[in-house]
Amino acid sequence: MSMQVTTSRRSFLKGSAALSGGLMLGVSLPLLQGGPALAAGTVHTPNAWVHIADDNRITLMVARSEMGQGVYTSMSMLLAEELNVGLQQVRVEAAPPAAVYVNALLGAQITGGSTSVRDGWEKLRVAGAQVREMLVQAAADQWGVDASSLQASNGQVSGPGGRKASYGQLAEAASRLPVPEKPQLKDPKDFRLVGKRTARVDTPAKVDGSAQFGIDVVLPGMVYAALAQCPVIGGKVQGFDATEAKGMPGVLEVVQISDGVAVVADSWWRARKARDTLKIQWDEGPVALLSSEGMIDATRAAAASATPIEISKPRGDVAAALQSAAKVIEAEYVQPLQAHVPLEPMNFTAHVQGDQVLLLGPTQFQQGAQGAVAAALGVKPEAITLKTTYLGGGFGRRLELDFIVQAAQISKAVGKPVKLVWTREDDFTHDFYRPVAVNQLKAGLDAAGKPVAVQFKVASQSVTQRAFGLPANTLDPFMAEASVPAYDIPNTRHDLVIHDTGYRVGYWRAVSHNMNAFANESFMDELAAAAGQDPYQYRLALLQDKPRFANVLKLAAEKAGWGRPLPKGHARGIALMEGYDTHMAQVAEISLDEHGNVKVHRVTVAVDAGHLVNPDTVEAQIQSGVMFGIGAALKHQITVEAGRVQQTNYDRFQPVRMYEAPRVDIVLVPSTEKPGGIGEPATAVVGPAIANAVATLTGKRIRRLPITAEVLSRA
Amino acid sequence: MSVQFKVNGKPVTAHAETDTPLLWVIRDELGLTGTKFGCGAALCGACTVHIDGKPARSCQTQLSSVAGKQVTTVEGLSKTAEHPLQVAWIKHEVPQCGYCQSGQLMSAAALLARNSNPSDADIDAAMSGNLCRCGTYNRMRAAIKDAGAMMRHKA
Repeated sequence: MSMQVTTSRRSFLKGSAALSGGLMLGVSLPLLQGGPALAAGTVHTPNAWVHIADDNRITLMVARSEMGQGVYTSMSMLLAEELNVGLQQVRVEAAPPAAVYVNALLGAQITGGSTSVRDGWEKLRVAGAQVREMLVQAAADQWGVDASSLQASNGQVSGPGGRKASYGQLAEAASRLPVPEKPQLKDPKDFRLVGKRTARVDTPAKVDGSAQFGIDVVLPGMVYAALAQCPVIGGKVQGFDATEAKGMPGVLEVVQISDGVAVVADSWWRARKARDTLKIQWDEGPVALLSSEGMIDATRAAAASATPIEISKPRGDVAAALQSAAKVIEAEYVQPLQAHVPLEPMNFTAHVQGDQVLLLGPTQFQQGAQGAVAAALGVKPEAITLKTTYLGGGFGRRLELDFIVQAAQISKAVGKPVKLVWTREDDFTHDFYRPVAVNQLKAGLDAAGKPVAVQFKVASQSVTQRAFGLPANTLDPFMAEASVPAYDIPNTRHDLVIHDTGYRVGYWRAVSHNMNAFANESFMDELAAAAGQDPYQYRLALLQDKPRFANVLKLAAEKAGWGRPLPKGHARGIALMEGYDTHMAQVAEISLDEHGNVKVHRVTVAVDAGHLVNPDTVEAQIQSGVMFGIGAALKHQITVEAGRVQQTNYDRFQPVRMYEAPRVDIVLVPSTEKPGGIGEPATAVVGPAIANAVATLTGKRIRRLPITAEVLSRA
Repeated sequence: MSVQFKVNGKPVTAHAETDTPLLWVIRDELGLTGTKFGCGAALCGACTVHIDGKPARSCQTQLSSVAGKQVTTVEGLSKTAEHPLQVAWIKHEVPQCGYCQSGQLMSAAALLARNSNPSDADIDAAMSGNLCRCGTYNRMRAAIKDAGAMMRHKA
């Protein structure tokens, strides 16, 4: 299943990314400010990943966006490991868009899908080793000795008789050598950096206010823009009156672009105040009548009527096994819309000068930005220089390109460098939402309570059709994640129904793992309950030939004290998933507070993510994913009435806060398997673990998230 | 119209309209971008600064109201990131995306200035107005306790 998904994901993204342009830039573009490439003649680039200056300043190019997941550190560790330098000896810089920086797992220069380490694991070690071998060969040539007699370490090459040369001294000669195709990689047991808890390179700048996010970009002569967009996404401007705005202090221009009307002023606050005085007539467009409940109803109706797409080859004979089963269990699980709402509001800075475009800001999709702006402005992708800043959170929102195109269009209209900043309300009401989903499951148990058949159907909306033009009636792998669990069940069938609600949807941290793991793992507890068995033991019995799954399940249960007494009013729930090549089990311990809210006290996570690069970051990402998932499990959702999102700020959509953050205990499984992704899986596993704990505590099986006090009191 | 006050100990004169939120004066007029815009409604705490030593949401503070006052931003928390909280934040590797962290640090600094030995409940009360979408809460809690211990040792 996972191989099949990977292959199809690669091939179709490859095709669509090629269309978006910009993939054929074989060389790195000069960087904007203080980049090593500006110092021509003194900086050498043995390959695209390593820049070495004559004075021994070494710069590692990181092709993935730093959005909190620690890639500036983990990617640098992989390069520095083989280059034999310490992280303190190097600078790290965001790579420009270029073909060499394409993520092989996604077919474009994208940061997403928990792929950074999986993509970089071999590629970046090879890149570091290439440069190391080139530096050694350059020294060997200069000294007239055999390369095998030389060592490269700590930024210098040393040889017999105490000869030494710094990487900087050798860089020019090394850059002229052919790049070795198959350099010798270290045996992982010799790693100095990889696998060690390592201080993040971005932390110091994030504690003194100096880290530069997109919203902090300043260009000479820059002006500021605030944009009015239709309250119904996709609506168009019919006409507008900007008389009042134009008379307000600091306002320079009011311009119409494809998504709305922008006020440009000499400060952002002035632009924003003037924007709020615009009188705009909107054509609200085709989704003006939609409601989120209507979307769920329509999705459920499609599940009943549409011809499904097979997710995996059916096993055995489900119909016959259900017929002869001692007990048949059915359940339907529902997921609402969700918003990403990273703390940094959407923003980008653009400077369009003739056919040259400069873009600076936070994006997860460099080539998408290039391609979309090129198409919108009618310029060549190569004419677009893009510098990626730190991202104040991504979670999938910054895979989208809307705000980048808007900034470029406004800059073109006013002929100046423009920083476009959205308000938080703009962000809540113009997100690309996680789609609604309806999962319908049916199982047959034998007389002993063992599952003999499972039938699984998920109906939801395809993000990939919208974002990458996936053809209709084609399996969208990003809808089928975690749909086929590891449990050994002789008769199974897994189907997908794609229903387009018309509403704008996007990839949201852990994507369809959220829906499918919630359904599968809630259902597994329902089956265990029907069989009168312990949900942990029930799962374990179905994992006899799945050692990595069984191992994390056991470790989580042991660490959490599964089966041991709990304080009165507490209960535990368990869940298991494989996603992003990572195996993870969680146990959530909960109670109800005096208002009937679910309180999560402790989440225990056991994870086998293969070979780890920076274990401290792995733990941080698990902690992060747990908090993100608790919000969706217990607290927030997006609802739509008359095409309008009802939650406009963090008051009616509350992520987890400090007082709600549970203790998180993490067990990392030592492993030499290939690395798995870690940014997302924890988000998807905590929801079913909590729902299962709620069922144990209250006897109420909640099949629709979020599980609020109100939902519980009505159940 | 202009408003005079002090930022990080230095006298400044701001010329924005006096109803402009302090946040935008600090960021766009004074060029101190460590203080962040998150929600514009005092719901997330990313814009937290100190006004005369007390934590305040600068997105809800009008410029006129800080005339003659002392404003401290994250850039003024210490000269070279040696505030115990900054030291502890690095030691515990607290930040992920980092965007909310200036506000978190300013809320935590105000807490420790009045109570260097905060309980979990004290930390909840002082920090729950600051959102972190990356969920760095457990590391922040540990770092606040650690920084408090450093301050008590020094005292």
